[in-house]
Amino acid sequence: MKTTAARGYAVERLGTLLSVGGLAATLFLPFVVFKANRIVPGDPRSLLQILPIWAPLAFYGVLILVAVTAVAIGAVWVRLAVALVGLAALTLTIGAAGDALTPFGNKIVRVSPGVGFWILLLCLGLMLTDAITRLRPGPATRVGFLALFALAGGAVFASGILDNLSVMREYEVNAGRFVLEARRHVSLALGSVSAAVIIAVPVGILCHRVPRLRAGTLGTLNLIQTIPSIALFGILMVPLGALAAALPIVTDLGIRGIGAAPAVVALFLYSLLPVVANTVVGLGRVPSATVDAARGMGLTSWQILTDIELILAFPVILTGIRIVLVQNIGLVTVAALIGAGGFGVFVFQGINQTAMDLVLLGALPTVTLAFSCAVLLDALVEAINRPAR
Amino acid sequence: MIEIQALTKQYGSTTVVDCVSIDIVRGSITVIVGTSGSGKSTLLRMINRLVEPTGGRVIIDGRDTTSEPAHLMRRRIGYAIQGHGLFPHRTVAQNIATVPRLLGWERARVAARVEDLLNIFQLDPGEFASKFPHQLSGGQQQRVGVARALAAEPTVLLMDEPFGALDPIIRTKAQEDLRDIQRRFGTTIVLVTHDIDEAFRLGDRVAVMSHGQVLQYDRPAVLLTRPADPFVSRLTGTGDRAMKLLALTTAGEAAEPGPAQGPAVPASASLREVLSDLLWSGAPEATVVDADGTTCGRLTLAGVLGHGRPG
Repeated sequence: MKTTAARGYAVERLGTLLSVGGLAATLFLPFVVFKANRIVPGDPRSLLQILPIWAPLAFYGVLILVAVTAVAIGAVWVRLAVALVGLAALTLTIGAAGDALTPFGNKIVRVSPGVGFWILLLCLGLMLTDAITRLRPGPATRVGFLALFALAGGAVFASGILDNLSVMREYEVNAGRFVLEARRHVSLALGSVSAAVIIAVPVGILCHRVPRLRAGTLGTLNLIQTIPSIALFGILMVPLGALAAALPIVTDLGIRGIGAAPAVVALFLYSLLPVVANTVVGLGRVPSATVDAARGMGLTSWQILTDIELILAFPVILTGIRIVLVQNIGLVTVAALIGAGGFGVFVFQGINQTAMDLVLLGALPTVTLAFSCAVLLDALVEAINRPAR
Repeated sequence: MIEIQALTKQYGSTTVVDCVSIDIVRGSITVIVGTSGSGKSTLLRMINRLVEPTGGRVIIDGRDTTSEPAHLMRRRIGYAIQGHGLFPHRTVAQNIATVPRLLGWERARVAARVEDLLNIFQLDPGEFASKFPHQLSGGQQQRVGVARALAAEPTVLLMDEPFGALDPIIRTKAQEDLRDIQRRFGTTIVLVTHDIDEAFRLGDRVAVMSHGQVLQYDRPAVLLTRPADPFVSRLTGTGDRAMKLLALTTAGEAAEPGPAQGPAVPASASLREVLSDLLWSGAPEATVVDADGTTCGRLTLAGVLGHGRPG
């Protein structure tokens, strides 16, 4: 596909699929949904009804341009630029629809993006990702792209274009708590991963040096991994609750049967296996001749570990850390069930109130956070892998 | 001088090295040769305590190797192995500088030593110092491995099948280079190999090992002419032993005084090569010339053949 695409006249398979999907969504699915208040089911509105006629026509024009590019243009930079233009048009249009449907000063009505919008967003996002992948960017460039998109996203939110959309309405209501929960979410995820790394890397080193421990340790951690997260939170409530009841000092430290303590412990336990396993694998891949030569030349055991083995194993260990960080950012959402806080608070409140917009207020930042961490750590792994393969 | 005294290694009830005692002469190359599983690598690795002996001891220049911590003792002994064992995340210069750095040499002295060694091993410092091991050919990696082993000017160099991973042409060159370097620094080298030709080509003395024991330890010519054990004669081979014997003597050593005629052969050539030349050219005698081209004697066919007989 790559070589034919470079010539510029062959049909792009992914582009065609995305175009067909996007156009079908535009034609048959609601782009925007209007609700009289946040709980009632909404009814779809057509862009042609609510915006001055030139706006939807311009928007559809851009979509056709995007579709044609996606199908027929092979030049990667053009595809990238056109996908960005499409995303900008999508953002402006949904914002305009929100403004048009909201009577001035009315905080009761809710204007939600419809299924059609989300599918278009997905198609444009995939087209953009595909274009960036084809550029084969180095780690620094990928981080650069991420920073640019973060800036652009920040600018969009700061500009207020989207303020009349339902998710932003929910944000407005919950702004104070949003920052608080965001901070808790990040600190729960990072805290559990850091604790896990501090314990798991030495355990991995021990398993590497003492092969007899390996099967038992990895088996046990594997078993923990198979316990569903809610069950593990539940299991941990009992001993932690008992501990807090028995020792007042433990309660003073903030440890109780519910809240952050069982969440951090559970996330910590989940994080152990990937980091221990990757440490063992990483150390195992260090050539035995290299270690033998190091010993033979008079490096001490500690020097061999820190100067040779850990450095050579580091990319693999970091890959394990990336896995658990992304995994924990997702799992923290569930921890809201036991009162640990985080973005999950909005998700579960939204479910209870059948307010899907509130669910999105929790889900969208979680996805963004996990995605950004994945991009950052992948870039880091690749960057340190490059000089000495 | 390395004195190996009643050195023994047992793993459970298996004896890998069985009460071996040999003396290794200072400034010589000693080759330990044997089949796989003969215990030759274990014997070598007990010299620098990579394997701790079950019994016996090793004395290097009058000092028992257990008289100081193993890692400090190892820094005074060079160590080179098959597959070079270079540190993949460090440049050639950093690899070579490993032991001098451990010993706390000054930066300038380390840099000068690295440059010297790269020149000695025919690796242009400007080109190679900052390369990573994976950017080198197999032969270059092996040379860097030996250069690294020699970096801190050790008096003793231990080598475990150092040329095992090289193809035959590069291996021959590497063996010649090792010979030159050994003469230049006067290093005492103990080398392990399973290749009897390599043992004869390099060894001043050769120890033949089987089942954990040294069956014979002597000069190559003695191994050929008076094998102490049927295994030794099987290992050295009886089919071409006369040719092997000829290969041990150079034209310079065997040259006779007198008027010289016939094709010129270099003094460094082995008698085996001289014989081949004489057979090929049909000449009855050859002129031996040294490196600067002056005639230093003659070799007759009969004289050459005399060296191919035992005794």
